[in-house]
Amino acid sequence: MVTPNEEIEVDREKGNFRFQEEHKYDAGVGLTEKTIDYICDVKGEPDWIRDFRKRALKVFESKPMPTNWATKDLDNIDFDVIRYYLAGDNRAKKSWDDVPDDVKETFERLGIPENERKFLAGVEAQFDSEAAYSNIKESVGKQGVIFMGSTEGLMKHPELFKKWFGKVIPTGDNKFSALNSACFSGGSFIYVPPGVKVSHPLQAYFRINAENFGQFERTLIIADEGSEVTYMEGCTAPKFDTATLHSAVVELVAMPGAKIEYVTVQNWASNVYNLVTKRAIAHEGATVKWIDCNIGSRLTMKYPGVVLKGKEARGEVLSIALANDGQHQDTGAKMIHAADNTTSNIISKSISVGEGRSTYRGQVHMPKNLKGCKNNTECDALLINENSRTDTYPAITVRGNKNAVQHEASVSKVSAEQIFYMQQRGLSEGEAMSLSVNGFVNDLTRQFPMEYSVELKRLIELEMEGSVG
Amino acid sequence: MSNTLEIKNLNVSIGDKQILKDFSLTVPKGEVHAIMGPNGTGKSTLAKAMAGHPDYEVTSGEVIIDGENIMELEADERSREGLFLAFQYPMEIPGVTIANFIRAALNARLPDDEELNAPDYYKALYAKMDMLKIDRKFTSRSVNDGFSGGEKKRCEILQMAMLEPKYAVLDETDSGLDIDALKIVAEGVNSMRGENLGALVITHYQRLLDYIVPDVVHVMYDGRIVKSGPKELALELESKGYEWVKELAGEVAAS
Ligand SMILES: Nc1ncnc2c1ncn2[C@@H]1O[C@H](COP(=O)(O)OP(=O)(O)OP(=O)(O)O)[C@@H](O)[C@H]1O
Ligand SMILES: [Mg+2]
Repeated sequence: MVTPNEEIEVDREKGNFRFQEEHKYDAGVGLTEKTIDYICDVKGEPDWIRDFRKRALKVFESKPMPTNWATKDLDNIDFDVIRYYLAGDNRAKKSWDDVPDDVKETFERLGIPENERKFLAGVEAQFDSEAAYSNIKESVGKQGVIFMGSTEGLMKHPELFKKWFGKVIPTGDNKFSALNSACFSGGSFIYVPPGVKVSHPLQAYFRINAENFGQFERTLIIADEGSEVTYMEGCTAPKFDTATLHSAVVELVAMPGAKIEYVTVQNWASNVYNLVTKRAIAHEGATVKWIDCNIGSRLTMKYPGVVLKGKEARGEVLSIALANDGQHQDTGAKMIHAADNTTSNIISKSISVGEGRSTYRGQVHMPKNLKGCKNNTECDALLINENSRTDTYPAITVRGNKNAVQHEASVSKVSAEQIFYMQQRGLSEGEAMSLSVNGFVNDLTRQFPMEYSVELKRLIELEMEGSVG
Repeated sequence: MSNTLEIKNLNVSIGDKQILKDFSLTVPKGEVHAIMGPNGTGKSTLAKAMAGHPDYEVTSGEVIIDGENIMELEADERSREGLFLAFQYPMEIPGVTIANFIRAALNARLPDDEELNAPDYYKALYAKMDMLKIDRKFTSRSVNDGFSGGEKKRCEILQMAMLEPKYAVLDETDSGLDIDALKIVAEGVNSMRGENLGALVITHYQRLLDYIVPDVVHVMYDGRIVKSGPKELALELESKGYEWVKELAGEVAAS
């Protein structure tokens, strides 16, 4: 469990390692109906899921790559060489003693000091496809909160699960949501009963830990009426030579008056395709806030969204993307206003370094039958050296005149002269760049949970040190 | 020689154009030297080339700090060796507060496992700000961002006071300062004068030299020093202008 002044020290650079992999279950390469049968058999899943997966596979196969609007780099993904399911042991661990030694060693390598091990009780870490460790369940369980892996969730709580699973993000939403629907494993299922305020953020750490192995977590969070929950996910990935695919689907449901905050800080190796679909439904008076920080990866495509379904619902996306040499961050936000007096706020900051590329895609939709809706969108881009590039594609559809939209965009540069000025004061080139970058994101990170803004700052420093030739 | 800043036969070009021509100058620690010279002579070029600006190509020559040639060092290493440049046109660094910037610069001078003590740091910072009559609120403002010309120059001297360099080059620190600010800045610089600092003050005006009285005045023309002398030389320049310097330059170049 994490409280603001007891931060977990995770040095992300240390994610750059890998143990010998031993998998009890391995679905082999490629994705066919057979792969799906294998996954379902190993996991002992009910038939409705098997059918769901197989239908999704057809949708996945029938959908073209979205290269008509997105980067052609997507065509370099070879789906036939990817392993869609690997698992060492698919039962979630209950206590620290049950955690295999090599997993413990990994935590050690992640830099979590011995005396902070107890915090791991609040960490649901995904090793390969399955949750290898979890125990916070028990403590939040006393409040009636359900916190478990998605597979366990769909088997133990089918009535809750089925009601919302695939409803926020339908299988056919896009090619990658279909892919995830076909072969998902891992991820979290959370249900917070009415009025319950979960005092500690629920945490998950994900890593990719096998070559050519895609990770397809599926997370579903339901916050019932008037409840509150914060979920945090962090990623470190070891660096591989071959491309790796990560394609998650995250669905959030905020019932009337509920509050969900979903925080992500991701630091992917620069060969990872990170193609994620994240969306929330906010019912009357509910608030959903996505905090999304993307560092690294070869290509990230991610546009967290909120469907503002009930009156006075509020949606927010605060995002930071850092694209270094050879990386492309294609990120943004979607706000779909579907009721009166709904408000949305988007603040996006992107940093492009060297040959890095950042793209912002935003969509704000307000139909004309609505009134009293408000959106504020702010996109700021920082370019470090002239090779980097940034594009913004804000799509704001506002009909009628009873709604208010405000849009601001800025592009600023850290010039060679500014770097020289800082170097003249004794800062190395890397320190100078990270100081500028941290300065650029500062007003936003102040709104993040403390341990995450500290960690983000450290990540930016590492990334900037690494970007100096 | 140790305890001096020596510039030896420095040749510097930008693109195809040679700006500094066999430039040589020695500033012993404890002294303040002034450089005066017409626009475009290469004064700022000298300052930036010494500091290691990548655009300025040093084709030959040395800059030696207390016996060590710093020409092979990166700009930040030169700074940590004790060379400070107060810029003629200080850069704006949006988002980075003065307090964080100076702290980062000081931390860069400490061994990896040491950190600045925050209360001590702020105490020192406030003391120097008070000395330079900079409002304490400025600590949370971004470096030079939206500062007036005079505020920028004062902020340069604040950084100098905090970093305590061995040698400082002040490039037209007086420009943009009103009379009161000029006095304050001069007092600030004078308070740092002493056996631990050598300074090279670039200026166009006698006015500054009334407050920061130089030990030696150098006249620069077309990339080299053409005349050096006591502080009265500055007065002579002010009354005669630069025309007579051109003649001198012809003689120096021919010799
Ligand atoms: N980055 C640059 N690119 C091209 N030319 C430059 C550059 N920097 C300086 N120069 C040129 O070099 C010459 C010397 O410039 P410098 O700035 O050193 O003069 P200065 O003596 O400082 O003049 P001032 O008194 O006006 O400040 C000028 O002709 C100037 O145009
Ligand atoms: Mg100049």
